[in-house]
Amino acid sequence: MAEQHLPERQSPLEPDYHPGSHGNFEHGVDVILSETRPGSILQLAAWPGEESRLIEIIRKVTGLALPDGAGGGVSSGGSAAFGFAPGKFTVLDEAEGLAQAFADAMTPAIGTLTDLSHGRTTIRIAGPKAEWVMAKFFAIDFALPAFPLGAGRSTNHHDIFAQIQRTGADQFDIYVFRSFARSFWKALCYASEEVGYEVQ
Amino acid sequence: MLITCPYCGPRDVIEFTYQGDGNRERPQPASQNLDAWNAYVYDRLNPAGDHNEIWQHSGGCRAHLRVVRNTITHEILSTEFARGGHKSTDSRAEGRS
Repeated sequence: MAEQHLPERQSPLEPDYHPGSHGNFEHGVDVILSETRPGSILQLAAWPGEESRLIEIIRKVTGLALPDGAGGGVSSGGSAAFGFAPGKFTVLDEAEGLAQAFADAMTPAIGTLTDLSHGRTTIRIAGPKAEWVMAKFFAIDFALPAFPLGAGRSTNHHDIFAQIQRTGADQFDIYVFRSFARSFWKALCYASEEVGYEVQ
Repeated sequence: MLITCPYCGPRDVIEFTYQGDGNRERPQPASQNLDAWNAYVYDRLNPAGDHNEIWQHSGGCRAHLRVVRNTITHEILSTEFARGGHKSTDSRAEGRS
């Protein structure tokens, strides 16, 4: 088969993505905002009763061992996975082509696979005030004991649906619909002005 | 008002969408029993007290939930996934379908 040449992906944030320090940063930058641009973002859903088989497939294909429990997740190097709903998981990799890697293992008897690589934008917020800024957007508990490392959460901000994974003690990756991403990004920048932010 | 989603934990009511009275029994699609269809579409218990309701966590995990809410105090007495059986909170609903 001929090699596929996909069009180069453009960032929806580009017109409002301004690297550098902004806002009230005279006393230091307290959050760092960036777009992580993973090559593959997949949504995997298991039929009822097939959840453990799906978790095993995720482990075989990606090497990521998902912990038990609602919203459990893991982040390692360039790949990550987390539960965002009963029997449903978001899996991503920095490289493209993860859907093909799952296509053979993911039989119709187990569940469904949806490639959202072009449908979601991933925004990373990191730094000592990341929890503070996130708490202004989402009515969930961002403290480490309530939202452990690797875990995922589904919530929304003014009808912009968001999936959030904690990828560090003071770092979160936010998945938003690509068509809403620039609007959300601008709001995130406004919200970060008071603490001083850097766009990387 | 907080609703405790069985998957996501306690969340603000703004994340949820009300899907209607949880006491309704939908007749079989081929049913020509007009009384049963009339009851399904129009009859509501409207209790002042505990009420069976269906909600969707539309701004979160998107699961459909069976919620028992007190219509006077707005206290949420129980939440569970809508999938599976249930018991009515109101004796008047029994034997009506």
